[in-house]
Amino acid sequence: MKEIVTANYAIAEAVKQAVPGVIAAYPITPQTEIVERIAQYVARGELACDYIPVESEHSAMAACIGASAAGVRTFTATSSQGLLYMHEMLHWAAGARLPVVMANVNRAVGPPWNVWADHTDALSQRDTGWLQVYVATAQEAYDTTLMAFRIAEDKEVLLPVMVNLDGFLLSHTMQDLETVEPGSFIPPLHLPHAIDPAHPAAYAPLTGPKDYYRFRWEMEKSMRAARRVITRVEKDFAGRFGRRYGVTEEYRCEDADILVVAMGTLAREAEVAVDRLRAEGTRAGVMRLRWFRPFPTLDLTGREVVVIDRDYSFGFGGVLARSLCSAARIEPFSVIAGLGGQEVTYEDIASFVRERRPGEEYWFGVKGDV
Amino acid sequence: MYEVRIHSRGGQGGVTAARLIALAAFRDGKHATATPFYGAERRGAPIVAFARIDENPIRIYSQVRSPDLVVVLDRTLVPIVDVLKGLKPRGAVLVNSGHAVSLDHMKVHRVDLTGIALDENLVIAGEPVLDTPVLGAIARLGVVSLESATKAIAELFQDPRNVSAAERAYREVVL
Amino acid sequence: MTPPAHGEPSLPPVFKRRAGETMAQIPKEEYILETTSACPGCSSSLSLRYILKAAGPDTVLVIPASCSSVIQGMYPNTAVNVPVYNIAFAAAASCASGMVAGLRRAGRETKVIVYAGDGGTVDIGLQALSGALERETDFLYICFDNEAYGNTGMQRSGSTPLGALTTTTPLGKIHPKKEIDRIVEAHHPPYQATAISAFPLDLFQKVEKALTFRGPSFIHLLAPCPTGWRFPHGKTIEVGRMAVKTAAWVLWERGQGRLSVSAPSKGPLKRPVPLQDYLGMQGRFKGLDPALLSRLQQGIGTNREAILAEAERP
Repeated sequence: MKEIVTANYAIAEAVKQAVPGVIAAYPITPQTEIVERIAQYVARGELACDYIPVESEHSAMAACIGASAAGVRTFTATSSQGLLYMHEMLHWAAGARLPVVMANVNRAVGPPWNVWADHTDALSQRDTGWLQVYVATAQEAYDTTLMAFRIAEDKEVLLPVMVNLDGFLLSHTMQDLETVEPGSFIPPLHLPHAIDPAHPAAYAPLTGPKDYYRFRWEMEKSMRAARRVITRVEKDFAGRFGRRYGVTEEYRCEDADILVVAMGTLAREAEVAVDRLRAEGTRAGVMRLRWFRPFPTLDLTGREVVVIDRDYSFGFGGVLARSLCSAARIEPFSVIAGLGGQEVTYEDIASFVRERRPGEEYWFGVKGDV
Repeated sequence: MYEVRIHSRGGQGGVTAARLIALAAFRDGKHATATPFYGAERRGAPIVAFARIDENPIRIYSQVRSPDLVVVLDRTLVPIVDVLKGLKPRGAVLVNSGHAVSLDHMKVHRVDLTGIALDENLVIAGEPVLDTPVLGAIARLGVVSLESATKAIAELFQDPRNVSAAERAYREVVL
Repeated sequence: MTPPAHGEPSLPPVFKRRAGETMAQIPKEEYILETTSACPGCSSSLSLRYILKAAGPDTVLVIPASCSSVIQGMYPNTAVNVPVYNIAFAAAASCASGMVAGLRRAGRETKVIVYAGDGGTVDIGLQALSGALERETDFLYICFDNEAYGNTGMQRSGSTPLGALTTTTPLGKIHPKKEIDRIVEAHHPPYQATAISAFPLDLFQKVEKALTFRGPSFIHLLAPCPTGWRFPHGKTIEVGRMAVKTAAWVLWERGQGRLSVSAPSKGPLKRPVPLQDYLGMQGRFKGLDPALLSRLQQGIGTNREAILAEAERP
């Protein structure tokens, strides 16, 4: 069935089809529609699930942890301040090896108050042990949410997955969506370490310097294995439902001399900029990064790279640009644009490419001393 | 690409109208998106919403800057908002009004959506419903087909008066 | 089988049979092994022993940061023979909410008991506790109250009594103890009680009873702490009994809105021994300012009268 829906709705629909046993959530703009819709599914009996209306995001993640530890599928959604309030429990969920799936509708962090799109919320959680994926259409939000359950619950992974989508720009934009019948694509969850009074165990007890690092290393091993699992699951998804996704989505990259690298909707709009640039004779392409954790291995040698960050790490730089500097050993032109929903058009993106200064950083909109 | 910008006040259905345009265009077999521009606005505040229609998938998320069509659901916005901003040279304007509207010497299409809604008793919480009838007028301008417009309305709203109001607006729009 | 409605007792037959009328009837099974890393004379680990005897093996303990995080032992060992889910400081009640939902969804009636300290209950965990109570989580929340942050070396908590010396109140605490029981009561849980390890049968019976209710139960356990309260570790029971005799700690229970005073407190509630007999046993009240002492006495008196009045209400 094809319909026109917002990405928030698309995610709620995917969650309904993945049938979590427990969903615990707290409202926050611009995520609220997701949990409202899920609460309606539950109230109408369309989704057999316990919806726990918690009193904070910290408790939302704590409740997901408790439920996941009992061996049932769990989901929550949040944004911005809510994600930050969860921070401690994000580490806990990942360290406890629980396959929680969460939608994070990317929104700026205060102060000052701002409810519009910005990736700093999620990127500031990049070291928590969560897998992070960034989507750019309602369809992709839906498909990726379905895949997120499968990836998180894979026995080689058993780490939580955060599906990120740009606040308002994507969360509230209505686009076409084609739903599928997931069927056996998401098998029942078998959590090997689910709580079982017949086999009492201490979960996350005090662990000394002699042993702690072993648990951390196990997490990293799973994070590395996740690269394989992601590819396998995306391939299986394509085989069953016909829609193909990768760690990156590439647009006119084959013969490109210049690559625009970005995440989320900005990277999609960059495709229009690339078409313009090509018409002018500039061989440009777009590499849209989907998976930020685990960070992909990218070969960008021999190309000029313009990275657009809708985020910033103070005293360091754009998170994506800096990550690419170290992971791909490049010196990109780093553009900081779209913070807090700052309007960035394909014309603006084309001008970033035209006026690129490799190795430098440019704050879009700021005049003078940058 | 055909781009629409809708001016309305919070609560008048501007966002739903954009959604209906996208849905109707989609039922016409085209690609379409609808984007509300959310600010911190509450009920009664001026808001804008956008719709885009194209033969190919739409990759633009930024706001509509040069619309092909501007729709004004509330004429009291005309003196306070630059509704013609960026309008394409051959672009069209549709205003909800029972009387002729003069806008910067532009040719303005008008239709009395409020009158139609009140006439059809299409009133929710004391407010006339404008978002469904306006789709009829937009169909008359050729943006979407009337068949897809009524189909889209019926998909989202059960009350058949929404469809009949849209059909009336289709007939009554003054070009 | 339809689960009983909120607040209705749903005592499984096996527990009815095991109900201890006397100490001799308390089950012999041990769920706390002898290898805890508790301080000598720790009343919290002693209490946990009776709590788990009452709960039985189909139980999960949820433990936030507290002395109990350490007492249970260090990886790869554990001194607790039921699953223990350790969780962040502020998250015990909310984690338990999710866990109960998950277990029930998986078709299991496993009991979930939060065992949290006073800091994890009245301070950092209060919001989560309030939320879980309001949502009628089907769990038992036990606050073991040693009236300070014990695990970090005795800093004041909201539950530290007026006048007590802690490492962060070197001149004695100037704010009275937060009344967590009244806060909990405002959520109307089906069952609420106080207890102390000095009266283990009373504690055992209350845990057993609490677990018969569908919905949230709350037990506030005073946990005399030789290390923190500064008394010899052989005197834990004596100090606990004196807390009850002076009515500084009153044992009661409230089921379905009705409060009754428990047997050990019946006499002391009407004729308490002088408070000084309790305070004098503990180094933390050494050199207590007479003005603070009189305020402390007044507070205890008010609490006693309120309990008596509620118990005698027709």
